[in-house]
Amino acid sequence: MIELLQYEFMTNALVAGLLASIACGIIGVYVVVKKIVFISGGIAHASFGGIGISYFLGINPMFGVLPFSLFSALTMGTISKRSDVPEDTIIGILWSLGMAIGIIFIGWTPGYAPDLMTYLFGNILTVPGSDIYLMLALDAVIMGTVYVLYKEFMALCYDEEFSKVAGVPTEKLYILLLCLIALTVVVMIRVVGLILVIALLTIPAALSRQYTSNMKIMMYLSILFGAIFTTTGLILSYYFDIASGATIIIVMATAYLLNIVLQKWKSVSGNRVDS
Amino acid sequence: MAEVISLKDVWVKYDKLAVLEAVNLTVNEGDFLGIIGPNGGGKSTLLKVILGLIKPQKGEVKVLGKIPEKAHQVIGYVPQYGPSNIDFPISVWEVVLMGRLGTKGLFQHYTDEDREATHKALEIVDMLEFRDRQIGELSGGQRQRVFIARSLVSDPKVLLLDEPVTGIDTRMQKEFYELLEKLKSEVTIIMVSHDLSAVSVLVDKIACLNGKLHYHGSKELIPEDIEESYGCPVELIAHGVPHRVLHKH
Repeated sequence: MIELLQYEFMTNALVAGLLASIACGIIGVYVVVKKIVFISGGIAHASFGGIGISYFLGINPMFGVLPFSLFSALTMGTISKRSDVPEDTIIGILWSLGMAIGIIFIGWTPGYAPDLMTYLFGNILTVPGSDIYLMLALDAVIMGTVYVLYKEFMALCYDEEFSKVAGVPTEKLYILLLCLIALTVVVMIRVVGLILVIALLTIPAALSRQYTSNMKIMMYLSILFGAIFTTTGLILSYYFDIASGATIIIVMATAYLLNIVLQKWKSVSGNRVDS
Repeated sequence: MAEVISLKDVWVKYDKLAVLEAVNLTVNEGDFLGIIGPNGGGKSTLLKVILGLIKPQKGEVKVLGKIPEKAHQVIGYVPQYGPSNIDFPISVWEVVLMGRLGTKGLFQHYTDEDREATHKALEIVDMLEFRDRQIGELSGGQRQRVFIARSLVSDPKVLLLDEPVTGIDTRMQKEFYELLEKLKSEVTIIMVSHDLSAVSVLVDKIACLNGKLHYHGSKELIPEDIEESYGCPVELIAHGVPHRVLHKH
């Protein structure tokens, strides 16, 4: 185990997993409690447009994906709040539109698109040092924003109508929250890829909800769960030489399903003792 | 007396359907106005217009001389239905604390003053012992009491109540009405209610709303107004003087 840490790619991978756990632990709680999993999936998948454009322009896809995912968050948030069309219809359309843009630009890019799979499904073992710094910066932005707007975000998620009456700029805050989701997506691309982002956003938060009704504790627990799952997934993927992103998701999903069975079993056996 | 709420020729339409038609309403400082009317008569819509949640297509709304969006520091609100997501990870204490939002700016954290006010508001509705409960672990009536506390915690000048006692037991209803009696001297109150007997005892003025507002700035309604609003004659209690809603007949 310890000798693994001698490899730079391994320490980078561990740090990347931890940084991703922080972002998705905090933002995932909002995604789960406000029930905006679908729009988060939309933002993540639409970001593929940014990957395509980056390939076309020949720039680092991480830098291309950042403005594009923010742009898709702004568009989805604004249109879904302002138009009369049902929100999930808008999300469905923009979800596919973003991906279509990505595919067109990749088609226009001469030659072969290297590492494309990395961005779609993640590869935590190949995270370069420069991306670690980007992830660190985005984590800092996410933590800082949530720290100063904690009471507003909580009010927005719990009771939007009352928050509005109390003078909270709910529409702007909602769009800001979507932008934070976009940043989280960027942080997680290297770890699990665009396609698998949703699992990392929802599973740790949903799991932590089983153990606490306090939002702050939920965030800390989600970060802890995320760190445990990504590290476990990373080690398994190294030893069995399988795709790291997918391994992390399988570890998470298994833990979540086991937890459901465990809770069910506990409540059933608890009832038996009672009767 | 100072005008607290004023609506001038307010129209609200959902698609083609007019919910509020040319509503004019003036509520003065210290008034306690009860609004009755049939389902779909626009009672909740009227409150939401005053709260700034619904923008009327036509007409002017002022709360203490300001547009509703700028009046959030003075308004307390109890919705007919609280948030539906009762499994939300929030405690009773945090829900009531939320009522202080309107008195604070963005980025400001809650202070001891906010916590003292929260403590007091929970005491008033007799829910202090449940302060650490998750909101979904309460009964519907207990939850409604928490929402009442949330509306009081900011020391509002105007209290808008949309059927506030829905699901609340008789004892608590009585206590709530007694509380309103007390508040009445300091706070201007508008209460939407189906509980006609309670309304007639408590309030100073009654309006009847069914798209059009029937209001004469007094506690009396003429039977024709009520009949027109409800589409049929309604038996109103008119026995003793304090209960009198109808003029003598």
